Amino acid sequence: METLELTQEEQFQARIDADVRIEPKDWMPDAYRKTLIRQISQHAHSELVGMLPEGNWITRAPSLKRKSILLAKVQDEAGHGLYLYSAAETLGASRDQMLADLHSGKAKYSSIFNYPTLSWADMGCVGWLVDGAAILNQVPLCRTSYGPYARAMVRVCKEESFHQRQGFEIMQTLCEGSPEQKAMAQEGLNRWWWPTLMMFGPKDSESPNTEQSMKWRIKRFTNDELRQKFVDMMVPQAEFLGLTVPDPNLKWNEAKQGYDFGDVDWEEFWNVVKGNGMCNQERLQARVQAHEEGAWVREAALAHAEKRKQREAALVAA
Amino acid sequence: MSQKEWPLWEVFIRSKQGLDHKHVGSLHAADAEMAIQNARDVYTRRLEGVSIWVVESKHVHASNPDDSAAFYEPANDKIYRHPTFYQVPDSIKHM
Repeated sequence: METLELTQEEQFQARIDADVRIEPKDWMPDAYRKTLIRQISQHAHSELVGMLPEGNWITRAPSLKRKSILLAKVQDEAGHGLYLYSAAETLGASRDQMLADLHSGKAKYSSIFNYPTLSWADMGCVGWLVDGAAILNQVPLCRTSYGPYARAMVRVCKEESFHQRQGFEIMQTLCEGSPEQKAMAQEGLNRWWWPTLMMFGPKDSESPNTEQSMKWRIKRFTNDELRQKFVDMMVPQAEFLGLTVPDPNLKWNEAKQGYDFGDVDWEEFWNVVKGNGMCNQERLQARVQAHEEGAWVREAALAHAEKRKQREAALVAA
Repeated sequence: MSQKEWPLWEVFIRSKQGLDHKHVGSLHAADAEMAIQNARDVYTRRLEGVSIWVVESKHVHASNPDDSAAFYEPANDKIYRHPTFYQVPDSIKHM
């Protein structure tokens, strides 16, 4: 017998197709919940680990102004991580479990943070290129189908544009400085260009989850679409700075009104994802150490709150 | 080492005098005082607020979205609650 009743899953998809946001207590397919928890927590982990390469330069920033800016930026990354962990928690994930998965290596974070930050120009590149790429990824997520995630992304995006601008300013200052400073900026671009292109993830043909994620609107553009947008956006900026993008195959394509560019070294990409990048061990070690060294603070705060509660209860009883 | 998480708190912020507090997100803190301090650091780094409320998440009770249709049904057929339901003659002003 034919039935006109929509299944729960069909109703859910119909709401998504109508651009109605899904909220925490609404019914959702298990796979949607799982995929979102994985995506949001990975994103949160990236913010957290992302503080480490920049933390490296706080004590060595070239001026008090740069140091204050870098501190504010790193504090923002911590905040972004917190917005995102909270969003994942509305789906039933526990904060402790998410952190445990990060620390055990079970959960992934963006591979870009497994590259070292060797010079001050790298602080410029992280802001200009890495945050630039992050913004391209994140702006469409402000309209993602899951309400708490979309709202967290609105906050993140508002703050992220200062990050990119301060990075560009560092690059511009270096490029207008001495020949040594300009060379430092070029070396930074040479090191960060390809790893940044890898941030958009594997080629569409090798990204099996993309189709379902697009259907659920938790992803709104494919990896290759975003990578192309990024190249088209950044090449003119590099030209403005007088820097050369380290890609011999880079060429304007009049017909597609975009740049053709060389292929990413996918072997390197997968190698870093699998944990063999230059800094994978160092980053995870620093994160675990910070967590363990903070354990007594978390316990003491809880014990203090408990003691105070009991004291207040005793006062009321007396 | 205990694996106990700090409790979860919901954060509400008044963005300026004259506006109501609005839910902005949540955070973990050991007690209310710490929750307010953390809320300041997490949610008002750019002068987004002049007042903060925090409520432990476990104290928030919510309506059930599965019951929405029946729950909000009583308001469905009472269009006379809206001013546009009434016809006012063109010559009548200030109404």
